[in-house]
Amino acid sequence: MTASASARSLRGRVAIVGIGESEYTRHGRSPDAEFKLALKAILAACADAGLDPREIDGFASYADERSEASRLAAALGTRRLRSATMQWGGGGGGCCAAVANGAAAIAGGFADCVVVFRSLAQGQHGRFGQAPQVETISGERAYLMPYGVVAPPQRFAMRVRRFMHEHGVRQEALRAIALASYHHAQANPRAVMRGRPLDEATYDASRWIVEPFHLYDCCMENDGAAALILVPSERAKDFPNKPVFLLGAASGSDYRAGAIPHNAPAYASGGFDTVAPELYRMAGVGPSDVGVVQSYDNFTGGVVMALAEHGFFKPADANDFLTFENLIAPVGRLPLNTSGGNLAECYVHGFELVLEAVRQVRGTSTSQAARNDVALVIGGPMVTPVSNLLLGSAAAL
Amino acid sequence: MNYPHVASYMPPGLPVPVPEPDGLSAPYWQGLQENRLRVQRCTRCKGWQFGPEWLCHRCHAFDIAWIEVAARGRIYSWERVWHPSHPVLKDRVPYLVVLVELPHAGGVRMVGNLLGNPLQHVQIGAEVEGVFEHHPDGHPPYSLLHWRVC
Repeated sequence: MTASASARSLRGRVAIVGIGESEYTRHGRSPDAEFKLALKAILAACADAGLDPREIDGFASYADERSEASRLAAALGTRRLRSATMQWGGGGGGCCAAVANGAAAIAGGFADCVVVFRSLAQGQHGRFGQAPQVETISGERAYLMPYGVVAPPQRFAMRVRRFMHEHGVRQEALRAIALASYHHAQANPRAVMRGRPLDEATYDASRWIVEPFHLYDCCMENDGAAALILVPSERAKDFPNKPVFLLGAASGSDYRAGAIPHNAPAYASGGFDTVAPELYRMAGVGPSDVGVVQSYDNFTGGVVMALAEHGFFKPADANDFLTFENLIAPVGRLPLNTSGGNLAECYVHGFELVLEAVRQVRGTSTSQAARNDVALVIGGPMVTPVSNLLLGSAAAL
Repeated sequence: MNYPHVASYMPPGLPVPVPEPDGLSAPYWQGLQENRLRVQRCTRCKGWQFGPEWLCHRCHAFDIAWIEVAARGRIYSWERVWHPSHPVLKDRVPYLVVLVELPHAGGVRMVGNLLGNPLQHVQIGAEVEGVFEHHPDGHPPYSLLHWRVC
């Protein structure tokens, strides 16, 4: 017997009952080893849930996470390990898929309590913004590095330039995203950029990293870790926090997105043309139901693409939609990156965005959106695979 | 075909491109050293393919030939790099990178530097021609392909 695709769904089956993070710092400023950051985040998430860490029986992560499941299980005294999943692909494209994979382990009966996490200490393991010092290079990067396309800013700027060219998107649209992120970070005591407000003049005067990215269009490089706890929905009532349910999740990429070097047919794209409809289908909601969005911001230009592909505006209308007023909590049309995100809270490869979506549904964000029953997370524009996630309150089920 | 050559656009010290251990891209890199731009074309369905793969993505034939094509195209996108993300680039910024589309080869795209003034106005759609850059003293020897506006 084969269930239809729509019957095979995670909708409402798994709940997030705990979130936690390490201290967030600039790269190189954390006194803790990366693995210790992972442990701190996991223990904080367990404390938030009122959960004995030994009850964790599954681990899920992404982006070549170094804090490996078996070492974590040994360190935590996990009684029995039942699930260990890693999402393929680099960048933040897996930040939502890791949650989906952990949830699928629960829905499939493999595990009862999964921690999903990411730990990343760029001070210890190398800054993403600096190229590795190697003598020779092969594969995709051989076509790029000898020409000075050596780090993420140069890898993604031409995609954004092409998107801006095709749709007439202006620099001001990118700027609005940076301003909203920095605005929200000022209220967030965890945010690395708290106390460093940004205004239009400062943005405009900031140096170029790679045209069309100013300094403030680019994410930070940080040390930090973040984690959340998943349980079957029927167990959610046993935990102290307002439960946050998975409404839907999707991951993947469209046709030949992985054609190197820069040969993806849909080049001027964040990569969500096929993935966004899948998410809405599973969740049974549409863009107008979404009250607040966390969208992976390695670079502001990718956020423009990702929001358009999730149906919030047509690319040609990006300049009108993407204004500071529209993007800020509590009552902008679409409050965006309400913790400050990768630009201004902490670059934990987007996992800090997933935690912020949980806070929004709980109603505990430092920049709380007025409409918070349905919260969207978008992971990793311009990489492959990408992923996304819709979270909701009991009222949204 | 005769193409102009150029002295090194980038300072020495960036990684030297070499084929993968399985040799998939070796005909491409060897071709550049001979002033030839080669891309893959399926011998069965005649579909173009770049970057290379062992299989034709259209018809799944393994018999994919490396075909020499004219190093001409048009600018599909571009970027001007101001922040050096590698120590050897510290005194080389700004520089220009272009993504060039080859309409006569199925629209495959190539990444290279755009020669000339790094502050020049760059126009998407502009016609460009290839310029080979040889590094016979590289470890190992290698060649690159840049572009300049026609």
